[in-house]
Amino acid sequence: MLEITLFYTAATVALIATVMAMTRANAIHALIYLIVSLLAIAVIFFLIGAPFAAALEIVIYAGAIMVLFVFVIMMLNLGDKGDRQERQWLQPKVWAGPAVLATVLFIELLYVISTAEGPVSTTSVSAKEVGLSLFGPYVLAVEIASMLLLAGLVGSFHLGRRYLERDSFDVENSSARREAE
Amino acid sequence: MDGLNIPLNHVLLVSSLLFVIGLLGLMIRRNIIFILMSLEVMLNAAALAFVGAGAYWGQPDGQVVFMLILTVAAAEVAVGLGLVLQIQRRFKTLDMDHANRMGG
Repeated sequence: MLEITLFYTAATVALIATVMAMTRANAIHALIYLIVSLLAIAVIFFLIGAPFAAALEIVIYAGAIMVLFVFVIMMLNLGDKGDRQERQWLQPKVWAGPAVLATVLFIELLYVISTAEGPVSTTSVSAKEVGLSLFGPYVLAVEIASMLLLAGLVGSFHLGRRYLERDSFDVENSSARREAE
Repeated sequence: MDGLNIPLNHVLLVSSLLFVIGLLGLMIRRNIIFILMSLEVMLNAAALAFVGAGAYWGQPDGQVVFMLILTVAAAEVAVGLGLVLQIQRRFKTLDMDHANRMGG
């Protein structure tokens, strides 16, 4: 019974935090709400018998990916101007149409999942089983994932390096201009 | 954690609600940072559905796919945030409507 209560509490927290994250004007506030949502989903993973997935959710999603977001928002340094701009964009006439469409989609999803029955398994799947499966039948998927990560690494390095180079280029240009003046 | 009776229905319900909220955020936001966050929410909802289904059958496959989704999310965010920095530098704004032309 306790687990059931925990599940519904975590689900409510996750949903509320996600709604708050999607409607904030300040990017950092949205990010903190998103982290709360991820932690709540990690609790759900733990409750439905996936402790390894719960740990990965916290370590990689809340720990690594969100830190990337924080760093980029810090580098952009948006400030109050960005907040005002966001508030101006978030008028009801902007979100009413998409909200209706999304609700229709949600009702369709409800209809589709209403055929699923029965409780989730009572036994938890351990990290050992996941590892055996990952490097057994799914080893090709692991290889493809490594290629994807390599592509992501090369792509982000390329984009970020051009950013840095152009920055120093601009600085040189402006100092040269200042000397000319 | 034995003796749970969480219905699969409700796990899928939470997952689809999260997905729809993410989709809504994707549609109503113009700031590219929020668009990336919405994508994260949607990927996360899909991952929740996978893990829930895996738990329903008591098989590790759901968690394996969760890890693959995690790698996709990590690669996507790394490239996406690199693009955010480029867009901010070039257009001096994060409004996606200003970045609707390729090339240049």
